[in-house]
Amino acid sequence: MTLLEVRDVSVSFDGFRAINNLSLSIGEPELRAVIGPNGAGKTTFMDIVTGKTRPDSGQVLWGERQIDLLRLSESQIARAGIGRKFQKPTVFEDQSVRANLSMAVRNKRGPFAVLIWRATAQDHQRITELAHEIGLTERLDDRAGDLSHGQKQWLEIGMLLAQDPRLLLVDEPAAGMTPSEREHTTDLLKRAAQTRAVMVIEHDMEFIRRLDCRVTVLHEGSVLAEGSLDHVTKNQQVIDVYLGR
Amino acid sequence: MTLINRPPVAATAPILAQGTQTPPPRRGFLRENPSIPWFLGLLTIFTLIVSVLSEGLGIGALSTSMVKILGMTLCLCLIAIAMDVVWGYCGILSLGHFAFFGLGGYAIGMWLMYARTEIVIRESLTGAVLPPTEAELSEAVAAQIFGVVGSSELPLIWSFAHSLPAQLALVVLVPGLLALVFGWLAFRSRVTGVYLSILTQAMTLALALYLFQNDTGLRGNNGLSGLQNIPGLFDIPQAVLAVWFLWASALALGLGYLLFAWIVSGKFGSVIRAIRDNEARVRFLGYNVEGYKLFVFTLTAIISAIAGALYYPQAGIINPAELAPIASIYLAVWVAIGGRGRLYGAVIGAATVSLLSSWLTGGGAPNIEIGAFRLMWADWWLVFLGLGFVAVTLFFPKGIGGLFDKIVRKAP
Ligand SMILES: Nc1ncnc2c1ncn2[C@@H]1O[C@H](COP(=O)(O)OP(=O)(O)OP(=O)(O)O)[C@@H](O)[C@H]1O
Ligand SMILES: [Mg+2]
Repeated sequence: MTLLEVRDVSVSFDGFRAINNLSLSIGEPELRAVIGPNGAGKTTFMDIVTGKTRPDSGQVLWGERQIDLLRLSESQIARAGIGRKFQKPTVFEDQSVRANLSMAVRNKRGPFAVLIWRATAQDHQRITELAHEIGLTERLDDRAGDLSHGQKQWLEIGMLLAQDPRLLLVDEPAAGMTPSEREHTTDLLKRAAQTRAVMVIEHDMEFIRRLDCRVTVLHEGSVLAEGSLDHVTKNQQVIDVYLGR
Repeated sequence: MTLINRPPVAATAPILAQGTQTPPPRRGFLRENPSIPWFLGLLTIFTLIVSVLSEGLGIGALSTSMVKILGMTLCLCLIAIAMDVVWGYCGILSLGHFAFFGLGGYAIGMWLMYARTEIVIRESLTGAVLPPTEAELSEAVAAQIFGVVGSSELPLIWSFAHSLPAQLALVVLVPGLLALVFGWLAFRSRVTGVYLSILTQAMTLALALYLFQNDTGLRGNNGLSGLQNIPGLFDIPQAVLAVWFLWASALALGLGYLLFAWIVSGKFGSVIRAIRDNEARVRFLGYNVEGYKLFVFTLTAIISAIAGALYYPQAGIINPAELAPIASIYLAVWVAIGGRGRLYGAVIGAATVSLLSSWLTGGGAPNIEIGAFRLMWADWWLVFLGLGFVAVTLFFPKGIGGLFDKIVRKAP
C-alpha cells in the first residue's frame, strides 16, 4: 500500500529550483534509500514532507485517507505518524537523555495532558528498552550535551523510534559513527522497515549496500533513477553526476 | 527485538507483564525539588520574624512602612518567578508582564475606592431627613471619585466596582483574556525573539497611554488612591493591616512557588525548556509549540495580576506610570541578575534589587564624599544597576542563583 505520495512538487529559493517537479512514493512497509550529490535536494525533500518548507506547487498525500500534508502544521504532521532524524543531530543538550526520550515517547501531546502526565511502568519500560537499543543505558541520567557526537546520533535515532512513527525519515544517520555502529544502524533500520516505511538518505555506498533495498537517486531536485542498487549504479547518468565524481 | 517490530497499528506500548521489571523508584516531588522545602521554610521564618518585629502585632522594631515594603517585595518576588517561568524556562522574553501586574492592581483598586467612598458617603448622610436612594448614592460616589477628572458619571467599566467578588474575578479575567488574545495573535504568527519582546513593549506602552487619558474612566494620571484603607476594616490600624497583607503576600508567593515548581519539574517543564532551546525541533516531535507558549504566557500573566492585586493595597496608590514599559524591563533585569531558569534565583534577584533600590533611592544610604565629588545614591543607583546587569550578564550568566550550584556541588 502506498503510504506517502509526493506529486509534482517544486520549490524555489530565491529563484533557484531546489526541488523540480519531484514525484516519489513509498509504501508500508518499505525500506528506501535516497542518494544523490550534494545539493540534490534530499534534505529539502524531507523538509517538505515534514512541513518545514512549503512547496510552491504540487501535492503531498498521506495514508489511507489521502490527507494533504501541505495543509497540516509541523506538529500535526508529526502526530500523523511521520518522524524525522535530522542531518545534524539536534537533541536537547540541556536536558538528560531520559528527558529527551521521555518527550519523544508516544503519548498525548497537548499542554494539559502533559501537565498532569506521570510516567507509568510502561513508560519506564519503554525508555529502558530504547536506551538499551541505542546503547545509552548507562547514560540515561546524564546531560545530552555531554554525549559524544556519535552518541547524540544514537539518541536522536532513539527519539525517532520512541515516537513510534509509521514513516521514518532518516537523514545521514551514519555520519560520525564507527563501522560497528554503522552495522548496528543498518540492522535497526532494516528491522524497523519490516513493519513501517523507512526512508534513509546516505552518501556511504557500503551502508546503502547493506540496507539492501530499493534506491532512489535524486539530482537537481528530481528523480534521476530508481531501482535496485545494482540497477541504478549501472545507469550512465547516475555514474556521470554522482558516482563518477 | 520486539522494540520496533510491533505492528504500527497496535503500537502504543509494549504489553508488559506486571512485575517483570521494576521502574526506577519514584521519588517524591519534594525530594526531587529540594529547593521547595528550603524556600517555603525560609519564607515562613521570614514572615514570622517580620510579624514578631512589627509595630502592629509584635515588639515594634519594624515600622509599619517597612512591613509594607517587605510585603510589597514578596509580591514583586511572585511576579519575578512568573517572569522566570515565561522567560527563563520557556524562552519568551516578555517585556510586558508589569502591565498584567498593573491591571490586577487597577481591578482590585476600583473596588477598594468605590466601596470605601460609598461607606464614607453613607455615613455622612446618616443624619439626613430622607435616606438616599441607591441611584443618588451611586451618583454621589461617582462625583466624589471622578471630580478630579471633571466628571461625575460612573463609567461603564465601573459597573461591577461595588462588588468584591466581581472585581476579584476581573483581577484574573482581564489580564488573562488580554494575555490570551495578545499571545494567540503573536504566537500564531510565529513572532519570536526580539520582535516578540518589542511587541510586548508596544502592548504595555499602549495600555499605559490609554490609562493616562482622563476620559478612559480610570482617573487618568491621578490613578486610584487611598487603596490602603480597606472597606469594612476602617477600625483596624494600618500597622495591623500591614502584617495581614504581608501574610497574604507570603501565602501567595508560597503557593505560586509550589505551582510553578510543579509545572516546571515534570514533562511539561521539559517541553517548555526544549521550546526555549529549539522550538522547531519540538514541533517535529509533535508538540504544538504555540499552545504551550500561550498556556505559559497566559498563566504567568494571571499570576502577575494576582501579585499586583496584593501589591497595590499595600502601596496605597496606583497610577498609569506603574505600567510604564520600563517597569517590565526592570523585571527582566531582576530575573537575569538573580539567575534565569531557577525559581529561587528570580526571588533572590527581585528581592535584592528592589530592596536595594528602595534603600538607596529612599535616602536610606548615606551619600559618599569622594574628594570634591559627592556620590548621590538617588542619582547614581540606576547607573550602578545597569553596570551590575552588564557585569552579571558577562561574568555570571547564571546570575546570583548560580552560586548555589557551586555550594551544592562542594557539599558531599
Ligand atoms: N532554506 C533554504 N534557503 C535557500 N536555499 C536552500 C534552502 N534549503 C536548501 N537550499 C538549497 O537547496 C539545494 C538543495 O539542498 P539540500 O540541503 O536539500 O541538499 P542535499 O541533497 O540534502 O545535500 P547534502 O547531501 O549536502 O545534504 C542546495 O543548493 C541548498 O543550498
Ligand atoms: Mg542534506
